[in-house]
Amino acid sequence: MAAPEQDSKIIELKPFTDEMIVSMGPQHPSTHGVLRLELKLDGEVVRDAIPHVGYLHRCFEKHSENLNYQQIIPFTDRMDYIAAMNMNWGFCLAVEQLMAKEEGKFPGVPERGEYLRILIGELNRIGSHLLSFGTYGMDIGAFTPFLYAFRDREKILLLFEKICGARLTYNYIRVGGVSRDTPPGFLDEVKEFIDYFEPQIDVYNSLLTANRIFIERTANVAVMDAEMAINYGITGPNLRGAGLQWDLRKDETYSIYDRFDFDVPVGRDIPELGVVSGDCWNRYKVRMDEMKESVRIIRQILDSGLPDGPIQAELKAVRPPKGEIFSRSEAPRGELGFYIVSDGTPKPVRVKAKSPCFTALSALQELSRGLMVADIIAIIGSIDIVMGEVDR
Amino acid sequence: MTPQEIYENLKDKFGESIVSFEEDIADPFVTVAAKSLADVAQYLAQDEALAFDFLMCLSGVDLGAKDPNYYVVYHLYSMPRRHKLVLKILLSKEEEPHVSTVEHIWRTANWHERETYDLYGIIFDGHSDLRRILLPDDWEGYPMRKDYTEPEFYRGMRVPY
Repeated sequence: MAAPEQDSKIIELKPFTDEMIVSMGPQHPSTHGVLRLELKLDGEVVRDAIPHVGYLHRCFEKHSENLNYQQIIPFTDRMDYIAAMNMNWGFCLAVEQLMAKEEGKFPGVPERGEYLRILIGELNRIGSHLLSFGTYGMDIGAFTPFLYAFRDREKILLLFEKICGARLTYNYIRVGGVSRDTPPGFLDEVKEFIDYFEPQIDVYNSLLTANRIFIERTANVAVMDAEMAINYGITGPNLRGAGLQWDLRKDETYSIYDRFDFDVPVGRDIPELGVVSGDCWNRYKVRMDEMKESVRIIRQILDSGLPDGPIQAELKAVRPPKGEIFSRSEAPRGELGFYIVSDGTPKPVRVKAKSPCFTALSALQELSRGLMVADIIAIIGSIDIVMGEVDR
Repeated sequence: MTPQEIYENLKDKFGESIVSFEEDIADPFVTVAAKSLADVAQYLAQDEALAFDFLMCLSGVDLGAKDPNYYVVYHLYSMPRRHKLVLKILLSKEEEPHVSTVEHIWRTANWHERETYDLYGIIFDGHSDLRRILLPDDWEGYPMRKDYTEPEFYRGMRVPY
């Protein structure tokens, strides 16, 4: 029986079915930590996705006001616990830059210390991108890459354990240098790992990057152009995936990155695969390419060898002068900023951590509007968030 | 442009609203009157020669009982021009701190302002969705203020440890 004319008119006027609100998380394996998304669904289509964060809030900034500068470093470990070395480094860099403003207060990090920082920082970048690669595959439905990634990340963690005794929260990079020198044979082990690891990247690429199903799930999904990314304050691989060549290691160089030769991979359109610059696939691919660049940097360090000398500057006290600074560094997930206000006492008045994941997550609502529920998983994996850093 | 040049540019354009320029030991900063923040921010983002398209950080600051003001600090960067600027807003502790939002200029400010509201109780007028972000919705007080004392209990759970 044909429907009455009036009914069909109503359907036309009201194209949506009933709105359903689904709470995704906080305990959901694909949300990379304790993130809750309030999804407003029209069938399978996402009308709105509102992120609720704060489940992992540990008052980092409030704690910092009651600790001296050295004591804050272990707290930074617990921000982005996947790349804790880079978090230590970002904070120490800010303190050092503030101390250097007063004549004779900070003599500079010794050569060997700088080399060790870069060596460890880049190893941690590889470890972080490996975890991102492995979990992204698992989110999308490919279990194997996860096993491969964790097998190789384990080798990096063992190296870290040898140099600083910890596997996750290192507290290795200190104000003025690093805490421990290399154990005997350490560089040979790093070389062994790099020789093993470099061909593995191609294995990963053939496993996941070029996988037809993976491309179907991620190509041309949630496209974020460079302008939108900058407006949202998004940096790191997410910005480079949008095609903008922007890397603090090159563009606002710090430490001794200017001595090393490496490229900054960016996202691009590949019509035969259907991927466009700024989509999930490109954000993922930039990380894969960055691992190769990190390997290149490490290889240059191994070839030249570590210079002899101290690993730590001789400091009378870590007491920056009265003043304030905003310093940023290139962590694996984007630009990590620290805003420190000092009144000249051993404790800071204010420490603000500008977390790259926090800003990346704030764009999720706009990115996911009008897509499918399954695409939300693809987006969260591709912007690569760590909730410890979002909530601090 | 150097911070000094940017300051002179702003002073020409906005006059009285630009309160001061200080060569701090580290980052020089420009203090702006709270009521004209939105106009100044709009100008900074849209002017060809300034082109501040990137809000790196937005922080609330409370320097303690000696200081009669709260501060909101904006760290700006220009990707095309590659210069930076620090803006500061002073808000008196005597009254409820209000400042206009910059969310419509830099969308990243949305969450940053929510965080500053959450932890400092600074109210951003015109914000689309100003509610707590890191703390529970029913939390009382603004913990990053220096005179904050934590409650004895929250929903039957002991708070101090």
